[in-house]
Amino acid sequence: MGATLRIVNGRVYDPANGLDGVVQDVCILDGRIAAEVPPDTKTIDARGMVVMPGGVDIHCHIAGSKVNLARKLQPEDHRRDVHLRTRFTRSGTGGTVPSTFTTGYRYAALGYTAAMEAAVTPLGTRSTLEELQDTPIIDKGFFILVGNNVLLFRLLQEGRLEEFRHALAWWISATKAYAPKLVNPGADEMWKGDRNANITTLDQKIGPFDLTPRKVIGAFIQAANDLGLPHPVHIHCNNLGHSGNYTTTLETMRIADGRKAHITHIQFHSYGSVAGKTTDNPTSMAREISAYINTHPNISADVGAVMFGRSTSMTADAPLAYMLRAFGSPKWTNADVENESGCGIVPFTYQDQIYTNALQWAIGLELFLLSDDPWRMVFSTDHPNGGSFMSYPKLIRLLMDREFRKEEMAKVNQKALDNCGLRDCQEREYSLYEIAIITRAGPARLLGLTAKGHLGVGADADITIYEEDGDKEKMFSTPRYVIKDGALIIEDHEFRVDTEGRVLHVAPDYDPGIEQVIQPFFEDFYTIQFSNYAVNLDYLHHHQVVPTALQAASAGAPVGG
Amino acid sequence: MSEDNIRTVPDATCTFCGCVCDDITLTVDIAEHRITKSQNACVLGKAWFKEHGLEERPFALIGGREATTEEAVEEAAQILAGARFPVIYGLSDTTCEAQRVAVSIADMIGGNVDTTTSVCHGPTGMAFQNVGESTASLGEIRNRADLVIFWGGNPAEAHPRLFTRYAVTAKGMYTPNGKKDRTVVLVDVRRTASTPVADIFLQVKPGSDFEVLWALRALVKGRKVDASIEQRTGISLAVLEDLVARMKRCNFGALLFGMGLTMTRGRHFNAGALLALATDLNEFTHFVAAPVRGHGNVTGADNVVSWQTGYPFGVNFSRGYPRFNPGEWTTADLLARREADAAMIIASDPGSNFAQAAIEHLKRIPVITLDPKTTVTSQLARVAFTTATYGINVPGTVYRMDNVPISLRPAFESPYPSDEQILRAIRGRVRALLGGNRVPAGTPLAANVT
Repeated sequence: MGATLRIVNGRVYDPANGLDGVVQDVCILDGRIAAEVPPDTKTIDARGMVVMPGGVDIHCHIAGSKVNLARKLQPEDHRRDVHLRTRFTRSGTGGTVPSTFTTGYRYAALGYTAAMEAAVTPLGTRSTLEELQDTPIIDKGFFILVGNNVLLFRLLQEGRLEEFRHALAWWISATKAYAPKLVNPGADEMWKGDRNANITTLDQKIGPFDLTPRKVIGAFIQAANDLGLPHPVHIHCNNLGHSGNYTTTLETMRIADGRKAHITHIQFHSYGSVAGKTTDNPTSMAREISAYINTHPNISADVGAVMFGRSTSMTADAPLAYMLRAFGSPKWTNADVENESGCGIVPFTYQDQIYTNALQWAIGLELFLLSDDPWRMVFSTDHPNGGSFMSYPKLIRLLMDREFRKEEMAKVNQKALDNCGLRDCQEREYSLYEIAIITRAGPARLLGLTAKGHLGVGADADITIYEEDGDKEKMFSTPRYVIKDGALIIEDHEFRVDTEGRVLHVAPDYDPGIEQVIQPFFEDFYTIQFSNYAVNLDYLHHHQVVPTALQAASAGAPVGG
Repeated sequence: MSEDNIRTVPDATCTFCGCVCDDITLTVDIAEHRITKSQNACVLGKAWFKEHGLEERPFALIGGREATTEEAVEEAAQILAGARFPVIYGLSDTTCEAQRVAVSIADMIGGNVDTTTSVCHGPTGMAFQNVGESTASLGEIRNRADLVIFWGGNPAEAHPRLFTRYAVTAKGMYTPNGKKDRTVVLVDVRRTASTPVADIFLQVKPGSDFEVLWALRALVKGRKVDASIEQRTGISLAVLEDLVARMKRCNFGALLFGMGLTMTRGRHFNAGALLALATDLNEFTHFVAAPVRGHGNVTGADNVVSWQTGYPFGVNFSRGYPRFNPGEWTTADLLARREADAAMIIASDPGSNFAQAAIEHLKRIPVITLDPKTTVTSQLARVAFTTATYGINVPGTVYRMDNVPISLRPAFESPYPSDEQILRAIRGRVRALLGGNRVPAGTPLAANVT
């Protein structure tokens, strides 16, 4: 990069290095944070401003086959939210599923510099990488769907645990993924093979397999820990969205038994139940879920908060999308992927007067407000499932401003508030320091990105500078400066440069002999050739391999990111 | 032909049709620049590989006179930069890499971009926007489908390996005996070479597909259908009831449909009715539907245009952002209305298949073509580039009809540039001529940024 820059007079929030609003200089040299820069370096005067590392989104849906299906599905959503081209940036469309260029620019314009696409079928990896290339500015990676993989299930049911681990490592390496992802483990076989059935308990037999979700989840947690992946297995639990599902969530976390695991969009998994007219109504079990996480440091979670308005439910959890279809959506979409996954898409609107929607909104806030450790309960709306990433500034204000929160609470279905504990945690307000943890330092640490989410010497120079404002939504909507790899991308609220960003991926080692196990399965049950399946580096353009703990140890180097 | 002159390319991909079979073993005579054998390819694929040897052709023609690629790039860039309503069209027989550059040029110049989807499964795209779809990758159909219904197509002649590799005789995880484990139904207006494959053949009266589909939907939902349906459609109520019983009874049903449905009376209503039928059936069993796509990368074109603009085809950038309106910004229509003042046609030959009024307008305006072969369109073009053929000479990505992306393994090198290379050169030159993207007057935040 070669760029040098000195930011002066700003209040620096860098929780990883213990800086809580300290006024000090931040120096940038060759794309990284430096201790010092030459005296004639360009200076940004950040007086009256807040300096933070660039935002890191640990879980969103921004690229790949299912995202593009959801894009194609909703011309009405794009039409009213257009994104104009400039002399050097591309045009596009917005809505809940923006076009790729618009996605990158809008993330950057909110001060985000990295995001993780959370659900990619291995078979569709190339489309994800192509779309990510067309998603400018931000660094990105993706999680690969393995929790319904038929071959991995076969190895597991035969007790071939070592081969299971090698095959998992092969799949991550072959697809250039960042982390393994489980979605409603076991359900795809029930969905495709048993007339749209679903998994309802962790101890249910998975269709023709001599396996249960409990066994599958335990095996993946163990394998990911054994491989020393920078981010542990990323789990979308069974029974998402169902009343009473919190017991499944608690049980899933107990399976980890001290081993690392990440539970995603946990808001959707924190429901109790009371008898309703037709079906049981959900209630909040945020307190029970929070209590478990607060006391189990091996577990991390992102919230998956719900924000009112339009959303698009897009998930590898096909039975879930089918259930949501019953709530009045006219455009249910389903896409089965051979041997690997399911997929469901449903445009959805969260309404503040609807009991369940208001409850979901409240539970998201509760989970934040009950969290004792912001490093392990981090920020997400499961974009665009709980709401668009464009709603992040409003969610930040809801956490930071209790008067605003009270005003918003007054607008929603009050019966929902009766059935949750939000009124009991009214006093808490997040500080800027805590916001910096849940939106950048925490996600970066959970992802194992040691050069992101902080401003220590050697870190990637991904920096956002906000003008201080009493209205936190306004403040976080419009950063004054955004710096990516040392380059001034946004200056005085306007784009100055267009860049591509990097793909972050993991390449765990595996026994090459595992290919002899995988290839015959391909020949029998896949419709693309084994030799055409693995993704070569051409698809990555700018990229960076993040080492596993084992690789870092054997290289004798600190784990980079 | 000496032995060291012969190269074998295993697991090569055939881009002739939307099946995009990637299991072809090519035998290549390097010195002769041709493929001598294409094992596993169907009759159409064999012809595709055989006919794409190298021909001695000028690198480019400008006004019918031979020119260098560089001269043609300059001429093309001048045309595009000077046009007020330029149209970029085609794209279904080239790589995603080239398609991405093409869409970026349309954005840069504020033009129009459209693909051959608008004249084949465009109505399916519109139906999808209305009702969604339940679909599956072809492997899932191979592994699981015990009922396969082909509607408005003739795969035996148009997509031969749809039967053998994916959906009929192919053996899968829960269909180990191939065709014996499936019931195959064919719905069409006439008997074709595909008919003998079917266990059940429904010959519908031309133009009555919608009525048949709607009657099936009614029966699936337990509604009464009048026996007069037979007079209207040619299919008796008893046959429809039997089909509905089979559809509900199967474990995994698949509806695969062609242009017999999308390009006849009813168009997107037909496609919508079929997609809705598949959706309805999911209350009883697992059911999917999928359009059978023609060109080798027409599905890639849909995907690229969608991820860059939000819309699948028929996109206009003249206001500084993408707008979508089939009929208004679909190429056949806007040419027939004499709206475009320049056209760049990539890997497509509208001159041979558009309506006469559209072709007449192509003759009036400066046209740029990129194609490995001489086409009707290239012969009326102001600038005609000769390009290398994707999949045979050019690597890159194509999407199978079920949205599965596949990498190409080219057989031999071509002296001609790829579509992507030419488009990148044109884009670079247009950018220089315009000083960056063309920004409509009055666009906020845009004017003073350079």
